[in-house]
Amino acid sequence: MASSYHLNGVEAWDGCTASAHALRQAQVDVVAAYPITPSTPIIQNYGSFKDNGYIDGEFVLVESEHAAMSACVGAAAAGGRVSTATSSQGFALMVEVLYQAAGMRLPIVLNVANRALASPLNIHCDHSDMYLGRDSGWISLCTCNPQEVYDFTLMAFRLAEHMGVRVPVMVHQDGFLSSHTVQNVRPLADHIAYKFVGDYVPVHPMFDFDKPVSYGAQAEEEWHFEHKAKLHHAIMESSSVLEDIFNDFAKLTGRQYNILETFDMEDAEVAIFALGTTWESAIVAAKKAREKGIKAGVVTTHLLRPFPFVALGEVFKKAKAVAIMDKSSPSGAMGALFNEIAASLYQVQGSRHPVLSNYIYGLGGRDLTQADLDHIFEELSQDAQKGALTHPTQQFIGLAGPKLSYF
Amino acid sequence: MVKEVKTLKSFSQSAEKFEGSHLLCPGCGHGIIVREVLNAVDGPIVLGNSTGCLEVCSAVYPHTSWDVPWIHIGFENGSTAISGAESMYKALERKGKYKGQRPKFVAFGGDGASYDIGFQFISGCLERGHDMTYICLDNENYANTGGQRSGSTPMGASTSTTPAGKVSFGKKERKKDLPLIMAAHGIPYTAQIAPNKWKDMNKKIKTALDTEGPCFINALSPCPTEWRYHSSLAIEMTDLAVDCLIFPLFEIFNGHELKITYRPRNVLPVRDYLGVQKRFAHLFKKENEHIIEALQKDVDARWEYLQRREEAKV
Repeated sequence: MASSYHLNGVEAWDGCTASAHALRQAQVDVVAAYPITPSTPIIQNYGSFKDNGYIDGEFVLVESEHAAMSACVGAAAAGGRVSTATSSQGFALMVEVLYQAAGMRLPIVLNVANRALASPLNIHCDHSDMYLGRDSGWISLCTCNPQEVYDFTLMAFRLAEHMGVRVPVMVHQDGFLSSHTVQNVRPLADHIAYKFVGDYVPVHPMFDFDKPVSYGAQAEEEWHFEHKAKLHHAIMESSSVLEDIFNDFAKLTGRQYNILETFDMEDAEVAIFALGTTWESAIVAAKKAREKGIKAGVVTTHLLRPFPFVALGEVFKKAKAVAIMDKSSPSGAMGALFNEIAASLYQVQGSRHPVLSNYIYGLGGRDLTQADLDHIFEELSQDAQKGALTHPTQQFIGLAGPKLSYF
Repeated sequence: MVKEVKTLKSFSQSAEKFEGSHLLCPGCGHGIIVREVLNAVDGPIVLGNSTGCLEVCSAVYPHTSWDVPWIHIGFENGSTAISGAESMYKALERKGKYKGQRPKFVAFGGDGASYDIGFQFISGCLERGHDMTYICLDNENYANTGGQRSGSTPMGASTSTTPAGKVSFGKKERKKDLPLIMAAHGIPYTAQIAPNKWKDMNKKIKTALDTEGPCFINALSPCPTEWRYHSSLAIEMTDLAVDCLIFPLFEIFNGHELKITYRPRNVLPVRDYLGVQKRFAHLFKKENEHIIEALQKDVDARWEYLQRREEAKV
């Protein structure tokens, strides 16, 4: 029996510590992990909990991230709660197995401290790895700070293990910006956190020897399509389950989350959409823009998959100009989020949608400054006044050397 | 919970846990070896399977040949999946959530999944000390994808990616010595088995499953499709392989106590083994005869090495 850990009402935690405490409190049965910056402190903290008697599950230190997820799949199929953490190249190495875990409907929880993908090698935050795993069949949750990392990691187990879902879940946080930034976090006591997550209920465990199961069979054209369609259906249906979990969590903690988080969107004429820590920076800029008379708002989502198409289409209904911020290389297209949000707006609003622009920023950890955000709100304001783009659709922000812009 | 098979009759009795309706080629060694593993166990067993002939021939949805818990993930990671399941057993047992008999954990992979793409994964499992047995079904080529060369393919074999041609005698490189590499991890038990020596095979499987900690078994599994012999001759192929010492049978305890478990009364020349398989047919042309000589030299040297190791207990 693991010892319970005394926590204060408020703890000073970085995102990695917050994540590790959530894994400890969920009493994960098997964590299989391999270190990679900036997610490393998650498993280091976890190892320290294990070696000091706060964890009675197994902690398997494997030889690669691919093996980490492979061991997680075997462990989850055996029938217990399973988790791991990674970033960047390690995430890329896991991708093959992410598809396999999702296809087998194993409710694994993966913490991802987002980081750029090489080359050039870079350890700092962007969202390239997050986008790499978008279509792997996992539910993808996004967070903005250590408190959210903690809260969402607990909620991720509830969501993944829900009988109507049974789909693995990723919890994203910004590498270093959230993973290594110490903030005040209000944790739950161990027994309350565990009660919220609940006991693990196995479905078709390999350890039920009276009903042997075959996991990971081959399914050719007669069946493969049906399996993928059922997985898609389960993911699409999961957002209502997440809303219920948000409400339960609010009753327990007073912290009410929503799939879409909005700031001053009621009357906003211009808006920025951004994931992760940029949400908080954009709020600061929106407040300043309001002082200058620009009706500015900000939107983010906690749910990248399933993508909240309808809600996003609705939230920008009154806006005249919207900037979609992409923290990953578009590599020959509009930014990934730009494409998805443009599709949402077209779906919900038809051709009468706001003027859309795409700002590529922060690659490899390049700072996005308040001045940059102020400038974006200024440009949006001009777009709104003109009712059309006053600048190229896609622009790179904070890039050294000649400006890059397209379309 | 591990059964000892004493008679040929009991050996031949079909395992109820690996049903007959698999899709393996007639004359393939895989079925014999797998059935023998399942025959050897009375209690619970959890199986992992890397992508390969065995996997694609035994679990085509909505059918399965397996009446035991079985998992396949990818080509390279059957071993790691089983290490994860074994870890889950330890966790649930410690927490009092699993109260049954301790299962046996076994992973199967072909030579591609073992000598090549899954090599790192097996090494990791052995290093971490999981209580599991990894069994390589060694048919010396990527049979599932149509017979390409693997790290296990013997020098001189003609494969679809190293075909014998006007300027080539087939595969240029020697076969990787996987069992000795695996034994070098210092694991409690390593063995080579061949289905013709069924008593030896049963004994070694039993030893591996009864040994706590990671064990590695390399099983010669003849492949009628790619070795190109008549499907009725599977056992004859393994007879020749062990009698010419191209596939010697031995076991290694704790990485250093090597024991040869079969010494042919009449050692046959390697050419007898090569001559019955069409993958080696081109070696009998005059310009390629030196490859047969080189193979014979390798086999002799390796046999000498194994005997010296046995004597020296190193």
